[in-house]
Amino acid sequence: MKKTYKIEVDCANCANKMEQTAQKTEGVKRAVVNFMALKMIVEFEEGADPKAVMQQVKTNCKRIDDDFEIEL
Amino acid sequence: MNKKQKKMLARILAAAALVVLLRMIPSTGVLRFALYMAPYLIVGYDILLDAIKGVRNRQVFDENFLMAVATIGAIALGDYVEGVAVMLFYQIGELFQSYAVGKSRRSISDLMDIRPDYANLERDGALERVDPDEVAIGSVIVVKPGEKVPIDGVILEGAATLNTSALTGESLPRDVVCGDEVVSGCIDMSGVLRIRTTKEFGESTVSKILDLVENSSSKKSRSEAFISRFARVYTPAVCFSALALAVLPPLVRLMMGLSPLWGDWVYRALTFLVISCPCALVISIPLSFFAGLGGASNAGVLIKGSNYLEALAGTKLVVFDKTGTLTCGVFEVIGVHHNTMPRERVIEYAALAESYSTHPISRSLREAYGREIDAGRVSEVQEVSGGGVTAIIDGVRVAVGNDKLMRQQGISFVPCGHEGTIVHVAVDGAYAGHILISDKPKPNAKQAVARLADSGVRRIVMLTGDAEKAARHVARELGIGEAYSELLPGDKVSKVEELLAQKGPKEKLAFVGDGINDAPVLSRADIGIAMGALGSDAAIEAADVVLMDDDPLKIVKAIRIARRCMRIVYENIVFAIGIKVICLILGALGIANMWVAIFADVGVMVLAVLNAIRALFVKKL
Repeated sequence: MKKTYKIEVDCANCANKMEQTAQKTEGVKRAVVNFMALKMIVEFEEGADPKAVMQQVKTNCKRIDDDFEIEL
Repeated sequence: MNKKQKKMLARILAAAALVVLLRMIPSTGVLRFALYMAPYLIVGYDILLDAIKGVRNRQVFDENFLMAVATIGAIALGDYVEGVAVMLFYQIGELFQSYAVGKSRRSISDLMDIRPDYANLERDGALERVDPDEVAIGSVIVVKPGEKVPIDGVILEGAATLNTSALTGESLPRDVVCGDEVVSGCIDMSGVLRIRTTKEFGESTVSKILDLVENSSSKKSRSEAFISRFARVYTPAVCFSALALAVLPPLVRLMMGLSPLWGDWVYRALTFLVISCPCALVISIPLSFFAGLGGASNAGVLIKGSNYLEALAGTKLVVFDKTGTLTCGVFEVIGVHHNTMPRERVIEYAALAESYSTHPISRSLREAYGREIDAGRVSEVQEVSGGGVTAIIDGVRVAVGNDKLMRQQGISFVPCGHEGTIVHVAVDGAYAGHILISDKPKPNAKQAVARLADSGVRRIVMLTGDAEKAARHVARELGIGEAYSELLPGDKVSKVEELLAQKGPKEKLAFVGDGINDAPVLSRADIGIAMGALGSDAAIEAADVVLMDDDPLKIVKAIRIARRCMRIVYENIVFAIGIKVICLILGALGIANMWVAIFADVGVMVLAVLNAIRALFVKKL
């Protein structure tokens, strides 16, 4: 399953950092941040609950960068 | 500027004003320290907090940490003005880059603003404004002048001029009339259209394109991967070097019996830290790619990832599919030969005789005739299967068809030496000449081939399923040296594999097709380029680079955009690393002071960001 979320990051490098962080979160198969469109596209693992996973992604990303925002 | 940026600007201005004021007030000792802490904290409190947070989360070595250590160090050494200035300029640089990025993002998204917000759905004779997602296939929608076509469909009523520039980068408007297909994302410039939708919104062209654009940064180029790896190793390395610079030389001096000069060396180490901040690289490289991809999509070239942009820049071999790529894929009368009556008469007879047929050849004859067919002049039409037709036109027996028909009719004819489809015309039992019909090269094809060769493409190859003679003819006309003909789709794949094996390791092979039945070849090549993607989902799926219209010159443009973007990337890498290395050496030797360090950090970043944004402007390429 693939879902797209609107995000806010400050710079292209922060976008890369957020991408890596989301990628490492459990339940995420592949995460891509499009800095141009300010979107995060997340592909979930089989059977993962997108809501719970995205909460975790948000927490993890916030830990790396305070200014990160995501519309869940 | 957004709210965050405005707040930042206010902080910067306040801190700068305070520093200027404090310079005029003489103060010493603790009072001086306390006074200078005010502007320092105003401008840098968030950096300090982020640095502390980074340490707590074991993300120690980032820009915040570097800046916090450098400025606290400078203040500890009593260099208050410099400590505050480093923080101040760092924040100015950050503000500038965030403003510049926001600005270029907006300019891209404005131009790619093709998402329709609503559809005017016709329901029980009344119009209702609904979300395009809610419109079912086969519904009737109305598009008024100034509105976007929200969903793909067929025009039921009305005529209009459509602006397709957001989709294709082509500024020439397109005229559509009743019965024409329209693609979503075009803007209606005149006339009301009633459209029967043929797709759901999610399957419409506009959704497909937006999907592609939004996913376009999913694949990272080697340069980007290099920079993010580099930054991960670089920052810790710099921190430890700075530590070594602060501690080792004084220790050595102590051992040699000299005074250690601690303050001097710590100052040099701090300068070193400020210079080494990797912002210019980690910000400008992704930004260059982002601008390059954005600029390309404005020009109607959709590139699916920065790795493809990088590959496209290294294109040395271009393999073309013939039909639909170099040629129009439609038949056209290109000549009348050995005619015993005026050319127009020959075409007129042929068009009239073939007026009942729907075959592409007949259609091309009618097009060449160009006038309304008066069906009253034609009678007793008889189709000769596999040969042509005979008919009575204006009371005279006319035979129109191939060699076989002529033989059957017992008419002696002149065979044609040219390549293409030959239509013989005989009037009243006598040979009147033949018409040559052929697929025509696209108007810009020749120019495109020449420009590709000019811009460093080493080898241009044409592949086709057509007969050898036809292939050779087109290749010669377009100036293509190598052509392989009579290939089945599978043969094309093996031919491309053969060519892939022959090229150098750093050279890239691009295959250009119309995306209709060459998906396997598109995916086999280093870069698959699909042309004329408007309306062809298969092409958007299979290709790495999608050209929104079918102008072959766009290939040249795509390669040029890619080359320039890569050049900007390399410029930034060399420039940023070069300046930093020079300043680092000067800093370590004690020649460069904190002010030089600030330039090496913020100045280089601003210049690199400005350079990166250049990748956005592709109009003149």
